[in-house]
Amino acid sequence: MLNNIQEFYNILPLIIIGGLILVSLIIEMYSESSEKILPWLSIIGFLFVGIYSLVEVGRTSIVLQNMLATGGVVNIFWLIFNITAAIVCLLSINYIKKYGAYYGEYYIIIQTSVLGMMLMAGAKDLIVIFLGLEVMSISFYVLAGFNRNRSSANEASLKYFLLGAFATGFLVYGIALIYGKATTTSIDAISLNFSALSGNVLFLTGVLLFLIGFSFKIAAFPFHMWVPDVYQGSPTTVAGLFSTAGKAAGFSALIVTFAALFGGPHGHLFTPYLSAIAVFSMLFGSIVAIMQTDIKRMLAYSSIAHAGYMLIGLASGNIDGVAGIIFYLAAYSFMNLAAFGIVSILEGKEETNLDLDSYAGLGTRSPFIAGLFALIMFALAGIPPFAGFFGKYYVFIAAIKSDLTWLAMVGILSSMISVYFYLRLVVIMYFKSSETEDKVSYTASEIIAVVIAVVFVIILGLAPGSFIDLVTKFL
Amino acid sequence: MTLEIVLFVIFALVCLVSGILMVTRVNPVISALFLVVNFGSLAGLYLTLNAQFIAVAQVIIYAGAIMVFFLFVIMLINPEHEKRFLEYKPQLKIFAVAIAVLVFLQIAYIILFSKPSEGVSREVAASVKAGTIEQIGRELFTKYVLPFEAVGYLLLSAAIGALVLAKKKFK
Amino acid sequence: MGIGEIILISLVKILLIISLLFLTVSYLTYFERKISAWVQNRIGPNRVGWKGLLQPFADVFKLMLKEDIVPEKADRIIHLLAPMIALFVAFSTFAVIPFGPEVHLFGYDIPLVVADVNMGVLFVLALTSLSVYGLTLAGWSSGSKYSLLGGIRSSAQMISYEISMGFSIGGVLLLSESLRPIAIVESQSGWMWNAIVQPIGFITFLVSAFAETNRLPFDLPEAEPELVGGFHTEYSSMKFAAFFLSEYANMIIASGLIVTLYLGGWQIPYIDLLGLPSGLVALLQVGAFIFKLVAILFFFLWVRWSLPRFRYDQLMNLGWKVMFPLSLINIIWVALLIMIFGL
Repeated sequence: MLNNIQEFYNILPLIIIGGLILVSLIIEMYSESSEKILPWLSIIGFLFVGIYSLVEVGRTSIVLQNMLATGGVVNIFWLIFNITAAIVCLLSINYIKKYGAYYGEYYIIIQTSVLGMMLMAGAKDLIVIFLGLEVMSISFYVLAGFNRNRSSANEASLKYFLLGAFATGFLVYGIALIYGKATTTSIDAISLNFSALSGNVLFLTGVLLFLIGFSFKIAAFPFHMWVPDVYQGSPTTVAGLFSTAGKAAGFSALIVTFAALFGGPHGHLFTPYLSAIAVFSMLFGSIVAIMQTDIKRMLAYSSIAHAGYMLIGLASGNIDGVAGIIFYLAAYSFMNLAAFGIVSILEGKEETNLDLDSYAGLGTRSPFIAGLFALIMFALAGIPPFAGFFGKYYVFIAAIKSDLTWLAMVGILSSMISVYFYLRLVVIMYFKSSETEDKVSYTASEIIAVVIAVVFVIILGLAPGSFIDLVTKFL
Repeated sequence: MTLEIVLFVIFALVCLVSGILMVTRVNPVISALFLVVNFGSLAGLYLTLNAQFIAVAQVIIYAGAIMVFFLFVIMLINPEHEKRFLEYKPQLKIFAVAIAVLVFLQIAYIILFSKPSEGVSREVAASVKAGTIEQIGRELFTKYVLPFEAVGYLLLSAAIGALVLAKKKFK
Repeated sequence: MGIGEIILISLVKILLIISLLFLTVSYLTYFERKISAWVQNRIGPNRVGWKGLLQPFADVFKLMLKEDIVPEKADRIIHLLAPMIALFVAFSTFAVIPFGPEVHLFGYDIPLVVADVNMGVLFVLALTSLSVYGLTLAGWSSGSKYSLLGGIRSSAQMISYEISMGFSIGGVLLLSESLRPIAIVESQSGWMWNAIVQPIGFITFLVSAFAETNRLPFDLPEAEPELVGGFHTEYSSMKFAAFFLSEYANMIIASGLIVTLYLGGWQIPYIDLLGLPSGLVALLQVGAFIFKLVAILFFFLWVRWSLPRFRYDQLMNLGWKVMFPLSLINIIWVALLIMIFGL
């Protein structure tokens, strides 16, 4: 129960999103044109919650019987999730008409997924993490298969569901083992007793299973096999949501659980495991992405590689690493959203215009979009002065501070490999002539969404220090 | 022997036998029915541990709801094809046995060596109190109010999703 | 009381209840036929015994003498098991329904309920959730499409209405603050019957009870014009009789539950003001329970012969879109009552 009115204000973002879901449901039930009302309602709700979280960022507190933390890093995550979701809604307005899923429920499920993410980021208890993850994942399974008349969407949804359920099994088993030894699910209590518990085989097995479960959700190397198929089969805007907010939510839960150990004697306990999957994710993602001909699959492998870079921050086991991850997540969210947004604009009916060759000649056909896309590719490749560069920079610096220079070197190597396939797309757009001379048609809402994302990428690239300062203040 | 031990032996035997029968039956409907029996005996075991609410929930949710849907699905799709699938790929059975052995060994290790119950109070009155529905309800609405609400939204999103995927009339 | 005495008393109670139930169930069939005759302006059974009173026994003899037919494609064991499950579930539910107050008999304090379980209501819900198996398995094991359709319809129907039933009970539990049926009865002293305090919950529970017992207007699982006989198409002889009995037993249990949860159970309002001897009061109260039970049973039969059958989609719409929200409204109503009047 809430003890005072301030606690109510602190969890207001959750209450607003929860209420938004119910209101949207009622609108969907009684309105004939819910698919026209709901996107704008969702965008307004997400923007309000995002801005509110930013304004209230200073009010750190732990509420609801030590179940939820608010303020500080949690609010920064809430900001990332909500802005991302708002951009996805803006992109979707036209896209889902094209995709054949023009229904109001689409936005309701995006809202529930955001609620799940917000729970994960604020969790102070393993139960809340698990429930938040499930709210998010189940919404994602539905979003992936939203148009059930498409076999590719069915395949994506079923694969995501089966493998996701498997990963959840690992996670819950891990939590059960942790609870069995620690006799509590409170994260604070477990991290306080970590020295006493860490000698126990069962406890460590539990933590490892927990990590494996989340490795799946953030699409890290041995548990990545769902990513390309799911991104390819899902609606493009939804794939954008999976790869940005979904990944950020997975990392937020990892940060919530592991950051408490950093700086202590056990901060580097999981470094071997984390650096191993980081290395494999980076190299595997970058190398396999070179061989892709489908743009969505290419972005999927690039997303695996980016998960690897972010894991470096976690592996380095210090506060700078965490701050680096959060910056990286914010930057990556906007970069990838812009990329998926442009892909969704260019995508034709029935999954056409998705192979790399269909981007040929875009530089002459539609210079504005091509320019934006090229800029995003530079940012994703980590070329300064865009946000992608500083994300990698902070993460690598953190690794070097923890004497993991070799890991940073592997990261730099992998970034150099990835430059190839990002820039190849730019080359195709500008230097390869296309067969068609069709202009690209787009609506205002789509282009505004992409431009907003790009503006954030540029701002984060020009003034990375202020964001990092904000994050570090609360760590 | 106390009544508790007699009950435990009975329920454990039923549980074990129905579990084995469930795996070995050829007809999936019969297997599902043995799983129901298995859940029932598990509910009995919970009762001997003074977990009344969990026992009843086990019957209502697992035996009464989930297994009915399992039966529904099995009855409607009549999985002849899946039976042949196992005949084509007998190595799947080895995989299953290996995982079962692994889990069994782990649980045996937990019980024999790790002694997770060491730190837990053995007071009967306390465990009876903890198992009552009044106590569980009080905990749910005070300490665990956030997880409780989260489960509500989890079920809501799953229900919306299921309806969209299964029933939505596509234009 | 020693453990031996407890077991003895319980055995006596069980025997009494089971034999009474069997008798009531068989005479319920008689009443059904008499009432249908009354509704349709006929005479009804009048040949066997005085006014046809021995008719139920004649029916049982007829069924026993019939040939037991098992279809060729049937799964024999489950075909046999299904009616047993139906009958077992129907009869064991009565164990937790109190039919009278605590009485002093031969020096013992005996509560007039077979098992005074502290989560009796949940016990009832658990058993009703199991009762689906009887019908579903009967439908499947017969190897006939009509049976399968009937079985599946019945499970869908029972699961759908279990929800509104459970939520209507929620309102009762809010007031009684206990899951013990005896405590629920005692919480309705005087005129504080739940049927009066929470009429919406009473109506939703009543409708759900009709659906749970597969009675008209919700007898879709055996809708004769569509499904021949539904889940029991392929049953004959005593197995058929078992389904028949379980249907009527379910009606009695549903009525017993309605009486216990909503109509004050065995209680007669303000009877303690009269100052009668306690033995007489207990007897009158058992009588009151039986009177209320019979009244509800009459209502069941009356409805059956007055209303037409629902269509399947109407049934589902009613369950999910009307009864379920109403039962939720009922919970809010009761919560408001408690908040405002501190009931």
